[in-house]
Amino acid sequence: MSAQTVDHVSLLPLYAAAGTAVLVLLADLLVARRGAVFGTLATGGLATVAAAIITGSRAGTFCAPTGDACSWVPSPLAATAAVVFAALTVGVLALSIPALRLGTAPAGEYCFLLAASMTGGVAVGYAGDLITLIVGLETLTLPLYLLVGLRRFAPGEKPMTSAASASVTFFLISVISTAIALLGAALNYAATGALHFDRLINGSGPTAPVAEAGVALLVVGLAFKVAAVPLHAWAPPTYEGSPLPIAAYLSTASKLGGVLALAAIVVRLDAATLTAFLALLTMTVGNLVALRQTRMVRLLAWSSIAQAGYILAPLSLGADGVQAAAVYAVFFVILEFIAFGVIAALRPAGATGGDILYYRGAARRSPWLGAALVLSLAGLAGLPPGLAGLFAKITIVDALIEGGETWLAVVVVLNAVVALAYYVRVAALLYATPTVPGIPVVDPTLLEAATHPRFPVTRPLAAALITAAAAAVVLGFAPQLLFNALS
Amino acid sequence: MSALLVAVLLVPALGAAVIALFPRGRDHAARVTGTIFAAVTLIPIAVLPFARDDGWTTYSATPTALRPWTEFDVSWVPALRLDFHLGVDGVSYPLVALTGLLTVLCCAYTIGKVPSGGQGRTLVALLLVLEAGILGTFLALDLILFFLFFEVVLLPMYAVIIGWGGDDRRRAARKFVLYTLFGSVLLLLGVITVAVNAGTGDLAQLTGGTGLSRSTQLAAFALFAVAFAVKAPLWPLHTWLPDAHTQAPTVGSVILAGVLLKMGTYGLIRIGVGVAPLGAEWAAPLLGILAVAAILAGSLICLRQTELKRLIAYSSVGHMGFVLLGIATLTATGLQAALLGNVAHGLITGLLFFLAGAIKDRAHTGELADLGGLRESAPRLAGLLGFAAIASLGLPGLAGFWGEAFAVVAAVERGGGLWLTLAVLAAIGGALTAAYFLRLLRKVTHGPTGSASVPAGIGGAEWFAWSPLAALTLAVGLAPTLVLAATSAPVRALTEALR
Repeated sequence: MSAQTVDHVSLLPLYAAAGTAVLVLLADLLVARRGAVFGTLATGGLATVAAAIITGSRAGTFCAPTGDACSWVPSPLAATAAVVFAALTVGVLALSIPALRLGTAPAGEYCFLLAASMTGGVAVGYAGDLITLIVGLETLTLPLYLLVGLRRFAPGEKPMTSAASASVTFFLISVISTAIALLGAALNYAATGALHFDRLINGSGPTAPVAEAGVALLVVGLAFKVAAVPLHAWAPPTYEGSPLPIAAYLSTASKLGGVLALAAIVVRLDAATLTAFLALLTMTVGNLVALRQTRMVRLLAWSSIAQAGYILAPLSLGADGVQAAAVYAVFFVILEFIAFGVIAALRPAGATGGDILYYRGAARRSPWLGAALVLSLAGLAGLPPGLAGLFAKITIVDALIEGGETWLAVVVVLNAVVALAYYVRVAALLYATPTVPGIPVVDPTLLEAATHPRFPVTRPLAAALITAAAAAVVLGFAPQLLFNALS
Repeated sequence: MSALLVAVLLVPALGAAVIALFPRGRDHAARVTGTIFAAVTLIPIAVLPFARDDGWTTYSATPTALRPWTEFDVSWVPALRLDFHLGVDGVSYPLVALTGLLTVLCCAYTIGKVPSGGQGRTLVALLLVLEAGILGTFLALDLILFFLFFEVVLLPMYAVIIGWGGDDRRRAARKFVLYTLFGSVLLLLGVITVAVNAGTGDLAQLTGGTGLSRSTQLAAFALFAVAFAVKAPLWPLHTWLPDAHTQAPTVGSVILAGVLLKMGTYGLIRIGVGVAPLGAEWAAPLLGILAVAAILAGSLICLRQTELKRLIAYSSVGHMGFVLLGIATLTATGLQAALLGNVAHGLITGLLFFLAGAIKDRAHTGELADLGGLRESAPRLAGLLGFAAIASLGLPGLAGFWGEAFAVVAAVERGGGLWLTLAVLAAIGGALTAAYFLRLLRKVTHGPTGSASVPAGIGGAEWFAWSPLAALTLAVGLAPTLVLAATSAPVRALTEALR
């Protein structure tokens, strides 16, 4: 058996991402300056974006000797996902910089973990077999256990255990879900002998029940990662307890990883009923519970659970729905990132999301940030002014009706009506007039300014928000770009 | 000429963007700029009829085809079968002109008087965004594009109500936005169902129901009918309307009643009847019954109203009932009556809401019991209110008459026990309309002077906003052909498809 030739060009994105992680570690060790670490991660992330675009879609590598099944497949979806993962990593870095400058977390370790997570995300997108997929998913998630809990406290500051408990919750749930997914993969392998995606087939003969159980367990295990109901309970407390930028990463990149993994499974194996059932529960429960939330990050957590339901819905169509799900997922991560970015900009560095009432009148004080948040919330509700969310909604409904799942399309659109109720509540609050204090005050405006200070928006954060908003607007006007990139 | 169509949409959108960039202190200048943009929009609108070549006279070749005067068609998102296809014809043009006119009047009105709540420039910017969305809805010749513009107006109108509305604005705005979103998601389902089954969203190809099976048409029409019934609104889906109208600022009410509701009736004609004629035929009796129920319910509720704006809001339910009755008959007379009723209602109710807003602003109350004797204290205002109310109750010679009378005539023409009964009931509803408007006039303009004092003067901005509406009410009443001139061919095309 001769040694395989490896197509290194197709591995470029992975090299770039993994190289970034190593370089960040070295930069921290050798230069020991925060600026250098940030610069390395940002440059590395952008290099990964470039590498993914250069690689594009081409023949796979690490193939079986017969040449048909490959473990590393640069498909259009993989390239798009790698671009999104890397861009999100750079964006989350931009959100984290104000807090890191305050020293709430050690910058070198933080950036290294972020880069490591990005590497996992890239691997998930390109994975061509179940082992690579699960290893990629673990590489994506493992650094996040640490990042969720990585919080240093200043000498006089009262230490809080919320981050640590969020980290433990996340860790336990994740380990269990991975175990379930692995068990599923093993059962399916035992029944069909297939690991490569190209060889996955539905079970037949006497081992069919084993194969079916394997698929079901695999889907359930991966559904934990996207926080699908009834496997969602970890998400709200974890988001709430983790630093804002990490919550943003969890609800965008980490969720995208789960979606990609699920997509890889449902394309080849029949899990339509289970996925449709999960989608129905996820969007309905997510939206109904979100109605009652009073904390900003919890509201976004529940809304992102509901959004995961919209993504799962077209996945229940199997291969026909993957493009729609991917389009929706890309629009969703951009809009969700804007929402978290604005919240980070409206809050002091290193703070949590706080109560929703904190944001009362915020758009009157910071009109641009307010406009960005309205763009994002309206988009998540599937409405203009940004056309991104509207097209995302149309894409989903179109795929479902075309696939013959009209009933699921009806559930999706009715959920959109429920969801609008909480999105407009937040959006209207942003423009509400300040509350009148119960006691007579000489200058209410001065009091308002004192109790609700405006925090300067740091340049990296502003750049990230502007880029994300520009991406949302451009893709909103030209969604065909995204459809082309994915096909 | 097709560039004109794009200009009609771009000018207001650009205006909104320019105003948004105005510095905070230059509020008045921003409002003036917005009004100029709204006025400039009228130029391409005014030129559009000249784009009408004589091609439309050749309709006999393919009678069911939709033949726009001019069109603009570029592919936008092929993956979603979405073309940026705009066009204008006799059915849409009167509504386009009405939208352009009412927006200018509302912007100009806002120069003179900003309702309390927020900045005037934001309000003008929102009015311009609304204008772009509404015009887009009337101009769209692609189903998905129509839906897109239909959604554009949702949040700006919500913002107008919640930003500048009355005391109970939160509840009213929330009710408005959730109700209408419910309608528009059903529209989305219908639009996608049609686009998936026919393989295209192009209205020019779909009009006449070509390429759709009967069952698809029935399903699509059911979705469209409920979606547009929420917007129009049709009894019993009207409950968002009184609250939204009552709480919205004057200009918001004018736009809402004047043109926003027309998106529902226009959609029902162009998309409901146009794309799913078999479905329309199937649902026509039910639609007719609900329309007559709306006429009667609207009038009876109006007789019991004690608040000025609420009364006018409920009167809209009745008037839109006549429009929907006209559509439900599915005859050429009925459809033309509906188109005329649409425009007449936009002019008259726009004027009524302007006047009601002016009276409420002056008297600081809208309670009929507190008003009274307006004829003594503010004779000109009382005269205008009398004129608008009489026009609204359908006096022959004024705009309101034709649409309502011919909706009844169309129902009689349709014949059969059901339609005759409906015609009789609708006529009774028309009489009730007269009753409640006369009651309104008795309470407000005549009778003893009420507790609220109403200053008499009418400002320049007010004259500017009101006089075109009053003049057009008279003009359309005397010469309904102004509106109907170009509708015969497209309406014929629609009714041919039903044969």
